Amino acid sequence: MDEEYNNNKIETKAADSSSGSYAPSADSIPASEIPEQELYHAKSFWTRWVFCQDAKVIGVQYALTATAVGLIGLVLSWGMRLQLGFPETFSFLGPATYYQSVTMHGMIMVVYLLTALFLGGFGNYLIPLMVGARDMVFPYLNMVSFWMFLVAVLVLISSFFVPGGPTGAGWTLYPPQAILPGTPGSEMGIVLMLVSLSLFVIGFTMGGLNYVITILQARTRGMTLMRMPLTIWGIFTATVLALLAFPALFVACIMMTLDNLLGTSFFMPEIFTMGEQLGTTGGSPILFQHLFWFFGHPEVYIVALPAFGIVSDLISVHARKNIFGYRMMVWAIVIIGALSFVVWAHHMYVSGMNPYFGFFFATTTLIIAVPTAIKVYNWVLTLWRGNIHLTIPMLFSLGFIVTFVNGGITGLFLGNVIIDIPLSDTYFVVAHFHMVMGIAPLMVIFGAIYHWFPLISGRHLNQTLGKIHFWISFVGAYAIYFPMHYLGFIGVPRRYYEMYDSPYMTTGVGLNQFITVAALIVGFTQILFLYNIIHSAFYGEKSEKNPWKANSLEWHTPEMPPAHGNFGKDLPVVYRWPYDFSVPGVEREYIPQHVSPSEVPTAKVEKT
Amino acid sequence: MFVAIIFFLIIVASVIFHIWSPWWWTPVASNWGNIDSTIELTFWITGSVFVAVCSFMSYCVWRYRYRPDRKAEYKPEDKKLEIRLTALTALGVIALLAPGLVVWNKYVTVPENALKIEVVAYQWGWNYRLPGEDGILGTTNISLINDENPYGLNPEDPNSKDDVIVMDAELHLELNQPVKVELRSYDVLHNFYVPQFRAKMDTLPGLVTFYWFTPTRTGDFEVLCAEYCGTGHYAMRGRVLVDEKADYTNWLAKQITHEKMFAQKKENKKLLTAEIKN
Repeated sequence: MDEEYNNNKIETKAADSSSGSYAPSADSIPASEIPEQELYHAKSFWTRWVFCQDAKVIGVQYALTATAVGLIGLVLSWGMRLQLGFPETFSFLGPATYYQSVTMHGMIMVVYLLTALFLGGFGNYLIPLMVGARDMVFPYLNMVSFWMFLVAVLVLISSFFVPGGPTGAGWTLYPPQAILPGTPGSEMGIVLMLVSLSLFVIGFTMGGLNYVITILQARTRGMTLMRMPLTIWGIFTATVLALLAFPALFVACIMMTLDNLLGTSFFMPEIFTMGEQLGTTGGSPILFQHLFWFFGHPEVYIVALPAFGIVSDLISVHARKNIFGYRMMVWAIVIIGALSFVVWAHHMYVSGMNPYFGFFFATTTLIIAVPTAIKVYNWVLTLWRGNIHLTIPMLFSLGFIVTFVNGGITGLFLGNVIIDIPLSDTYFVVAHFHMVMGIAPLMVIFGAIYHWFPLISGRHLNQTLGKIHFWISFVGAYAIYFPMHYLGFIGVPRRYYEMYDSPYMTTGVGLNQFITVAALIVGFTQILFLYNIIHSAFYGEKSEKNPWKANSLEWHTPEMPPAHGNFGKDLPVVYRWPYDFSVPGVEREYIPQHVSPSEVPTAKVEKT
Repeated sequence: MFVAIIFFLIIVASVIFHIWSPWWWTPVASNWGNIDSTIELTFWITGSVFVAVCSFMSYCVWRYRYRPDRKAEYKPEDKKLEIRLTALTALGVIALLAPGLVVWNKYVTVPENALKIEVVAYQWGWNYRLPGEDGILGTTNISLINDENPYGLNPEDPNSKDDVIVMDAELHLELNQPVKVELRSYDVLHNFYVPQFRAKMDTLPGLVTFYWFTPTRTGDFEVLCAEYCGTGHYAMRGRVLVDEKADYTNWLAKQITHEKMFAQKKENKKLLTAEIKN
């Protein structure tokens, strides 16, 4: 180690004196300035697979936990759909249980499934591999992050078993109702929810700092920021957003816990309920909404940005073409991330805040459409003149484009303040956010799993099952949420346990039944996917190295699946972006990131 | 081939569904028909973007599907194209936003001749209060609410004396008379929403929120609570009846004022205490 370090030092000096700066000419990449750190090597089963510090294992642990809790969220949605579609046949849910299902389904899917899976799961697995690091910079902290997440999940699940059951306040947890007896689970349920969220934020902060610092400080030599795969850009920006947004949720949770347990009045004004004065005074329910959505809106992009990044890479690899407009894509991610902090109150147009806020927030919200649209154009322009392999990851990417464009344009309805007035709190909103932040990111998650499964397990997923899974999930989910927008037009409000004979609902009965049936079919199809994963992990077709012929570093480790430390003896050196596909002037169809210009002297690449 | 066709068919099916959908707005019953036209405009602009982008995608999937002899184009960037697309999108966004903000400005600017009425929400029902001849609603405070004073009216405020009390889920409104709805809640968040009026706003304890509209056709409309407010949320309904002037005046004459109600309650209490004594 020492010797290597000294050699590097000399090299650095040489590079310095020859060019006068770090600007690399042709093959010369500045040497590393600091020696590599020794990794902690696991010695037993426990430290290798359970209390493990390897980011890859932690990523899988995150993914499995998130999937397990996500399945609970899925089953809850079946109960709700049965109640909505066939209230007379399936009347096993009372209103209280229905609202508890709504709440737990929402919170589980948004925070404990999507956020944990994208950042904790894909983030952990991919960041070190894709930036050319041996592990996260703080492996121990990373391990603690997962265990905090697990505790948060257990606390959340435990609320199903306490007196009064889990909270039924809606995933937005608006006070005062969240902590008043008119809402189910206002005894222990809400407290456990708030504690669980707080633990989640603490755990996430440990992981999040790791992701950000690893990306900023532990990239391998030559991996400039503008050579990072868009997956990493998406995860990086999303993590920065999360680190800035989650504290708002954290303080809101703490304050509401105090309101609930100690009788403070952060969010509680004077209230007359159940025939008596509550005795609280001076708080503001709208303050909670501001805090919640200051977290809640960036949260949408915390889920969306990693999806944007991953899908860019999937499209590029499987269309054998560079991602179109890479730099624009990077800036679009960063701009969307920044703007996402000044649009939060578009969730509050009808909250009773000063109506003049509407002008500001409608404007900022619609401005976000510009960088988002650019991303969409660039995805389809990447397909243009490509050589498209209709592999399963590509199918899911196409499914993502359709569902994302569809869900994105309905966002233009809801963001435009005056249009939001009739549509807010109706099924139009439910359809919109399920399409844009439920189905679209899920399409990416599925595509990503089919794409990276060979890397993780060394085996392919079954292709036939995969295709069935794709078509039923995509067409089925579209059939659920596209027509659902129209329920909102009739005026059907969301969070209604039952509409009885309301004139708004009678015309929608058939549609509601259709949606329920479609939802059950799509839901049960996911069993096929789980079977495919479990079966293929043990008996799947063995994958060769780099089966998709990708350029990014994770596919170019000495062993597949990559071993502890990822890259063997020497870290790779990076000379180009990960999108050199079909480069003119060379025979080979793709040039991995670590191939130096002198190895492909005839390649007519543009400077990246 | 097959894949491109299915994707394209999904786009076509979406358009057909939209055109022939039997599920659409209830006929508007207020002056906010221009919200509907803003939505129409948004449908045209965003709908064509959706169709264009997704059809183009399907075309690419068909035209550039994998062939062993094909080599993809290598073209990292095209500044001109990117700038054009950005400009075009920005124009589209302005076309959506500008009319929206104009209508929003109307929505938040209450006309001077609007009749101020109060909607009171509680778990789980609706009450109303109309101003008496002075046209002014008396001030209120939640801390003043008790059995004798169910609205929490300020007894010191002379304006409250002639306020008309409607302790019923049914409200009558006069045709073509602009109303400013002032919203109050005793306990938690609610939202006073009549789909046909297109307008809505949350009610919350500790704050008076508002919106305005002019009913433009007579009829019997259902009020839905549009902000989750606890277990009884789905059952929190009310009714608004829009009447011709004569019917409205008739109905109004049958309602009692705050002063009368106060006197009645006192009388009742006296009787009650007398009864207990006896």
